[in-house]
Amino acid sequence: MGDLMIGLYVFVLAALAGREVITKVPPTLHTPLMSGANAISGIAIVGAIVVAGRAEGTTQMVLGIAAIAMATINVVGGFMVTDRMLAMFKKR
Amino acid sequence: MHVFVELCYLGASILFVVGLKRLQSPATARGGNALAALAMFIAIAATLLDTQILSWTGILIGVVLGGGIGAFAARTVQMTDMPQMVGIFNGFGGGASAVVAIAEFLGTGGSAGVSTAGGTIVLGTLIGGVTFSGSFIAFGKLQGLLSGNPLTFPGQNFVNGLLFLAVLVSGVLALGVTTVDPLTAFYALIALSLVLGISVVVPIGGADMPVVVSLLNSYSGLAASAAGFVIGNMVLIISGALVGASGLILTVLMCKGMNRSLANVAFGAFGGTATTASGAIEERPVKRADAEMVAAELGYVNSVVVVPGYGLAVAQAQHELRKVGDLLEERGVDVKYGIHPVAGRMPGHMNVLLAEADVPYDRLFDLDEINDDFGNTDAVLIVGANDVVNPAAREEGSAIAGMPILDVDRARRTIVMKRSLSPGFAGIDNELFYMDKNLMFFGDAKESMAELVRELRELA
Repeated sequence: MGDLMIGLYVFVLAALAGREVITKVPPTLHTPLMSGANAISGIAIVGAIVVAGRAEGTTQMVLGIAAIAMATINVVGGFMVTDRMLAMFKKR
Repeated sequence: MHVFVELCYLGASILFVVGLKRLQSPATARGGNALAALAMFIAIAATLLDTQILSWTGILIGVVLGGGIGAFAARTVQMTDMPQMVGIFNGFGGGASAVVAIAEFLGTGGSAGVSTAGGTIVLGTLIGGVTFSGSFIAFGKLQGLLSGNPLTFPGQNFVNGLLFLAVLVSGVLALGVTTVDPLTAFYALIALSLVLGISVVVPIGGADMPVVVSLLNSYSGLAASAAGFVIGNMVLIISGALVGASGLILTVLMCKGMNRSLANVAFGAFGGTATTASGAIEERPVKRADAEMVAAELGYVNSVVVVPGYGLAVAQAQHELRKVGDLLEERGVDVKYGIHPVAGRMPGHMNVLLAEADVPYDRLFDLDEINDDFGNTDAVLIVGANDVVNPAAREEGSAIAGMPILDVDRARRTIVMKRSLSPGFAGIDNELFYMDKNLMFFGDAKESMAELVRELRELA
């Protein structure tokens, strides 16, 4: 079985797991869910590190910095703003 | 070494799922978010260990720059501005995925060829590019930098279709299947993907932007997954799939709340500034009330449900509303809040705005939870909401027929706090306003609410 097929299995099963978990999130938490999931999509930072770390020419370097900066905004901003929101949810 | 790194990625993937699972309750949600952040940290650390880092300069510059901007934005953003915040973060996530795919393509010198790598690079560039530029347009519309009105011209869907076709063609050409220079085709792919992102979002009205943001959220996940296929990394594939699923579920929920199909949102060019058909609505008598009357109606009953709409947040009246709730509870009134799925500017937005005003979350009820209670409710206070409480939704043939509404007209008394009788987003009259049981409390939500606080304090 090729890498593509293994990747496809993983993708489909992860999406199904995601559906199971996320449909049970109550509407009251849908905004933090969206911003938290958004922070998780910043996982592209892993790819960005690979690109930036092996950069040799100027083009690769610029692309690497751009990818890291954008992914970091996504990760840091996403988790922090989600935490800020969730901290406001208090029970009586 | 490599096995250890892969195990770290596996651990991170598990923590992402567990973190999301903890979002199922407000009591565990904050810990869940922290777990997901920990998972991200593990994934990043493992990558740094595994990668032959030739140059730390780029990584450090990128992290300091991105971290600073992200942290500043997260700390200073107003809660009312959350939709555009999520929108722009999405754009950066999609952009990062696109750049990873681009760098990978250029790394091969443009000779990726017809292979798994080539195909996923094209896909990653396409999805990432569309997410990037589309998110910026969505941000501009929500932030008021661009007009919220749909920008349309005849044959637009046809043009967008052509554009999409051109993107696909350039993607295929970039794989070097013809004599066309793959590199040139790839640059065309990047440019066309960015243009496509812009052109599919401009015809969508500002009021529909939250659906677009949810959908782009899903795309940013798919873009991350595509990047994962490109560099053969499972944690990217898994977390991308989780985000893709989450964005899609929220998009569907949002469409259901507005009683529209996703196709109608995407191609309907709907949702501009509400067209006030003022001439069409006949003048009919309503019962007016002042703050003193409303205080008496609310202060001497057993149960009150508050229905907040976005007008409340626009007027920044949520803090005064919480004071009203507190005063009523001190008087022994049972106070609940009924929240419509599209009460705010994104799913769950109103809940965040009320949480910010210290309304306890166990007092907030969604549509399904609260609708059966209205029959036993003494009074409903509707603030800055209109279409979501319009009984016309239950009648066939109405413009909003079938839209899920809060059945406030089943309560014994309803009080509508609103600036005027003007129709809501759907542009139709609201029968509720003219009902015998309804009182209209005209005025700015914040001022009216402050008056109400004063009057409630006067009550014996």
